[in-house]
Amino acid sequence: MQIPIETFRLPNGLFVTLSEDHTAPIVAVNLWYHVGSANEREGLTGFAHLFEHMLFQGSEHVGTNEHFETIQRAGGTLNGSTWLERTNYFETVPSNHLESILWLEADRMGYLLPGMTQQKLDLQRDVVKNERRWSMDNQPYGSWWEKLPALCFPSSHPFHHSLIGSMEDLSAASLEDVATFFRTYYTPDNAVLSIAGDFDPEQARAAVERYFGPIPRGPGKPPLRDMSLPPVLGERLRETVQDDVALSRVFLAFRSPVFGSDEYYAASACAAILGMRRGSRLYRNLVREQQLAQDAGAFTYDLAKGADLLVLDVTARPGVRSDELERAIEAEVDRLREEGVSAEEVERAQALIESDFIRGMQLAGERADQLSKFATFFGEPRLVNEQLERYRAVRPADVDAFARARLGENNRASLIYVPRVAADVEEAVAAGAGA
Amino acid sequence: MSAATAFPPRPQPGAPRPYSFPHFERRTLGNGMTLIVAPSHKLPVVSAIAVIEAGAVCDPVGREGLAALTAAMLPEGTASLDGEALALRFERLGASVTTGADWDVATAGLTVTRPHLESALALFADMLTAPSFPSRELERLKAERMAELLQLRTEPRGLADEMMSRFIYAPESRYARPEGGTPSSVAAIEARDAGELYSARYRAGGTTLVIAGDVTVDDATRLAKDAFRGWSGGAPSPVRTVDAPTAAPRGVHIIAKADAPQSEIRVAHVGIPRMHPDYFRVVVMNAVLGGLFSSRINLNLRERNAFTYGAHSEFEWRRGAGPFVVSTAVASEVTAAAAREILAEVDRIREEPISDEELTLATSYLSGVFPIRYETTSAIATAIANLVLYGLEDSYFDSYRSKIQSVTAKDVLEAARRHLDPGRLRLTVVGDATKIREPLEELGAGPVVAYDTEGTVIG
Repeated sequence: MQIPIETFRLPNGLFVTLSEDHTAPIVAVNLWYHVGSANEREGLTGFAHLFEHMLFQGSEHVGTNEHFETIQRAGGTLNGSTWLERTNYFETVPSNHLESILWLEADRMGYLLPGMTQQKLDLQRDVVKNERRWSMDNQPYGSWWEKLPALCFPSSHPFHHSLIGSMEDLSAASLEDVATFFRTYYTPDNAVLSIAGDFDPEQARAAVERYFGPIPRGPGKPPLRDMSLPPVLGERLRETVQDDVALSRVFLAFRSPVFGSDEYYAASACAAILGMRRGSRLYRNLVREQQLAQDAGAFTYDLAKGADLLVLDVTARPGVRSDELERAIEAEVDRLREEGVSAEEVERAQALIESDFIRGMQLAGERADQLSKFATFFGEPRLVNEQLERYRAVRPADVDAFARARLGENNRASLIYVPRVAADVEEAVAAGAGA
Repeated sequence: MSAATAFPPRPQPGAPRPYSFPHFERRTLGNGMTLIVAPSHKLPVVSAIAVIEAGAVCDPVGREGLAALTAAMLPEGTASLDGEALALRFERLGASVTTGADWDVATAGLTVTRPHLESALALFADMLTAPSFPSRELERLKAERMAELLQLRTEPRGLADEMMSRFIYAPESRYARPEGGTPSSVAAIEARDAGELYSARYRAGGTTLVIAGDVTVDDATRLAKDAFRGWSGGAPSPVRTVDAPTAAPRGVHIIAKADAPQSEIRVAHVGIPRMHPDYFRVVVMNAVLGGLFSSRINLNLRERNAFTYGAHSEFEWRRGAGPFVVSTAVASEVTAAAAREILAEVDRIREEPISDEELTLATSYLSGVFPIRYETTSAIATAIANLVLYGLEDSYFDSYRSKIQSVTAKDVLEAARRHLDPGRLRLTVVGDATKIREPLEELGAGPVVAYDTEGTVIG
């Protein structure tokens, strides 16, 4: 499957990718700013994400709440998201509204600060604190988002700290921080703009030039701290969390090759063999056969710098101790390392990855996001058309080599959740208080 | 410093390009099964959904969860393949398969790339027409459901939804109990129950298969005929559940969760059935009230008061009357204040007509977003499955946008007065009872009763 791709760059550095598809009168616009939580300074954790909220609060020519309202009035959908290495903003709208969307995005890229006030910052700070409570503090296992990167990346590493940030740091953020962050990172030369769907390329290009062209290039951003890491963790890491949960859950993470590297594709196949759907090893053996687990999955973070993480995520059945579950997961990992994987397993993984990829690419928004991703990380959106070939090129020997190099004892980090009540009982029993 | 005055004025949208929902055709197969095919050739992907008259409303009293469990058992083995072998066969084709039961119907879904359609559809038919219901797997799925129920006790969002339903419906309504059943009802289910439900309701005559995507009507018909040729049976009789509201006096229900940093709030009463003549008026009214980011409730609670990360309202559609519910999560200290704002917004939309701006925001959103909802083969198939579920006309999609656009501010006001009833709104709040109880008592929304997470009254 190939999608058509055109690219150009404006004199101010903005990189633009276009992909036409006229099957429906809709168009997706997607902007990636190459800044994420990894770029945050100490004491300002959560700032990249808080800043994302501020981008929906109006700019010089757009009133408070007008951004959302304009797009919803057009019949469009929109959102933004913040990740460790990037922040993105995206809309899918009826295609006759493309110019309005480009205008809105250009206004907040070029002319945000006149729209910023202390009151807006205070309000969004409270909204983000509620987001933190909702997604993490008041959700069973919710803190894993914060604890897993903290466990797996050294404290000096840009991926170590919390993406949504601490309550204290969120409180400390000032309007001056907003201005500085905006001037440093929200510049055309630190962004990729992608347009996918039903549009005329000539007209789209003219509109991009008209609205984004006048925005000046940025002053350059400070270099990231050193991201490089050895290929393995170097020790067996483990953290146990007593939480208000009903079932134990084990996250077993491995430092793994960065997104886009040859080894990454072998790692993805390996993750699928271990934890993707019901034909995976963890499901077949731990959920179906031994019935130790309620559910099992595997995923990668897809980080493009420093190191990625491959994570196995398994929830215990009631009454199954977390250490028993952890041993069973590790037994599967050990067996895979020792015996290797079969050609059929690799083919199953490839078939699932391929069809998921194609299904996703039905969405204009997904096409635009993929284009922005490859353009941002590698400067080449056309890599999106090579992805399936790269997954298909993986051989069992590649997965075996990956497993030998990266799934050993010296590269494992366990984040373990145990029910608070059970933990109390276990402790009481250990202390001899059971009588 | 530099003159940033050159920013061009806001552009006006051009004329919208025409859109129509994918054309689809109906066929009746020799065994009585209905087939609907919607060709759509964007990418080499095909989705299929089978709609079976076997939803949770069919559950026998005391065995709630049977319909869900029966649907979940379909991929657990057939006459010729055990569950693991079936999963591996599907997955080697890259096929994605789901089965489940909602309130009204059971559905089985398949998405696969075009080259593998024939093989995947044959497996899909095997799964639907010859399930073996092995008792070992049934016991395993029952245990997994029990574990889910255990987890729900610590998961505030799901817990709030479940408790809300329990409080708003009459106790004899199936809607008052979770779709997936309760610990005691799931424990009571035996393998032969699933077999009996299957024989009674999984029948060619009552089933519609929708196929959407990169396939012609003729090819899809040939494949479906071939795959389902061994199936038979006439349409089962329809099942209705009581959807009456509770007769209990209005009240505020706190589900006590010690030290919860947030309160999950549900403000709800029984709504209306999907096939109500006011459907379009209610859809527009809800979009103004709380269906969108830019709706009144979210702008009030999030963008004006910063009480929450998000707040929304919804009419949940079923054949019977599903709930109308406003949902949000707020910090403990502002729980009563947030509930007060929600109640005030419900009052306001019943008291005065909405502005033109609000009306056009809702109607232009709903009609504009229409094509964006149907970008994928599975979304197209699901939309057609909904036509089948509710018995809507085949022209439904063609007239959808004009029906939305014909709704007036007066219609909205009338719909709000008819279908929102402040005097019946019940509050369910999962939160820290020690912090929220007193302020909620002063709300004037009825007496406050506290429960534990199992739903037992504790004070």
